[in-house]
Amino acid sequence: MKRLADIALPLIVLAAFLGFWEWKVAHDAIPAYVLPAPTAIAAALAENFSSLMASLATTLTVTILSFLAATAAALALAILFSESRMAERTFHPYAVVLQVTPVVAIAPLILLWIGYDRVTLAETLIAALVAFFPVLSNTTLGLRSADFNLVDLMRLYEASRLQILWRVRLPTALPYLLSGMKTAGGLSLIGTVVAEFVAGSGAATGLAWRIVEAGNRLEIATMFAALTLLALTGVAIFAALSLLEYLLLRRWHESAIRT
Amino acid sequence: MHRTFGVVVLLAVSNIIKRFPSPHTDGGTEALCDLSFTVASGEFVSLLGPSGCGKSTALRLIAGLLPPDSGAVTWPAGKPPIGFVFQDATLMPWADARANVRLPLDLQHIPRAEGNARAEAALARVGLAAFARAVPRELSGGMKMRVSIARALVTEPSLLLLDEPFAALDEPTRAALNDDLLRLWNEAPARRGQEKLTVIFVTHSVGESAYLSSRVLVMTRRPGRVAADIALPPGPRARLSPEFLEIERRIAAALPKAAA
Repeated sequence: MKRLADIALPLIVLAAFLGFWEWKVAHDAIPAYVLPAPTAIAAALAENFSSLMASLATTLTVTILSFLAATAAALALAILFSESRMAERTFHPYAVVLQVTPVVAIAPLILLWIGYDRVTLAETLIAALVAFFPVLSNTTLGLRSADFNLVDLMRLYEASRLQILWRVRLPTALPYLLSGMKTAGGLSLIGTVVAEFVAGSGAATGLAWRIVEAGNRLEIATMFAALTLLALTGVAIFAALSLLEYLLLRRWHESAIRT
Repeated sequence: MHRTFGVVVLLAVSNIIKRFPSPHTDGGTEALCDLSFTVASGEFVSLLGPSGCGKSTALRLIAGLLPPDSGAVTWPAGKPPIGFVFQDATLMPWADARANVRLPLDLQHIPRAEGNARAEAALARVGLAAFARAVPRELSGGMKMRVSIARALVTEPSLLLLDEPFAALDEPTRAALNDDLLRLWNEAPARRGQEKLTVIFVTHSVGESAYLSSRVLVMTRRPGRVAADIALPPGPRARLSPEFLEIERRIAAALPKAAA
């Protein structure tokens, strides 16, 4: 019953909102180049379905590649930081600089350096830079949060640093890593959109580029259709990562235990 | 009651000084000052003292987890395998009871099947045979402590170090675990071809030290030294018997007076 309400209530609100939107557009005779009706957006989606799906695939590829690259690089750096204070002192300031510099500002530079002939690589790098930091800071914190007594116990049994890392520090960090990955999933999509905006026309044909293109042609309904697909992609990424978190933590971690 | 013949000295703590850095005092806080005692093989020694007297520090020094600033812990017959039980159960929350108990064996690269069999046997010794696949979240505080004891025993150590292991448990659970610990100590020689189990037990409870020990080392306030070395008659002891209350009275008389 409660689960049903969890699904039904937001859907009722959505239906009411779309209904009002449809009615308002028809009632006030709002022109389609200002605000298209939901049915017009659905029609645009159906009409351009195959090309929009191709754009979705392009955007999704860059998003997933950048997400995986950011997670792998951040995890590796977090392990380095947690094992060596010296490495952290040396490199952490640069990680922060990278985080606080607006990536939109350096995106054109990255595109220029990597080249418009390798635009997927450039976009992946830009999006990965956006997604990188939350995984790094969360995982570093997690690796440091291992139970001191448990680490002492490992030392008593003459465990190597690698054994302590693998058996105690990494499992302790897993909930932190997953939490960072949930943030990074959304950020890698945002980063991909930014990268596609900056890359502009030419080889880039992702959903963000379709929004720009449709805007230039005043095909506002198509713009909304692409926007809807982007939003759904974001929701799907978040849902997938939440499911992964639940599956990995449900037996032992407080955060994943259903009340 | 001390036998002069046939006593094998397992370890000697000699003139240990240990300081910890402190922002409040120059040169740090002195936790232990000139701590000396010996422990013979097969003894059940309680280190009894008020909070902050350095008894846990002494245990960590014996385990080799902390270096002394001066003095030494020496092992005339070599350092034996050690089991350690912390005040908290200190289990891996992501692993079931069997995997937690198996940890020391895994670290020695003992094959998984043999490790599982030995871990299950150790769990059976502490009465948790049915809970091998339960994760810590599904166990009570007393059960988690039993898992922790099983983990300390799974390597068949000659020396068991316990750091206020039952301090966080309720009274009936604590009494039951005291009896379990005594049973494990008593049955060790029969299990292992006459090799005795030596126990060093840190506690701030007079009753617990009186009930369990063959010998009680009463410590002073910080910086900790041995204030009294009290040998007790062999057990078993009945709680609330006149003999037991007399033992408690003797131990309590040796404890430093509470600070005002």
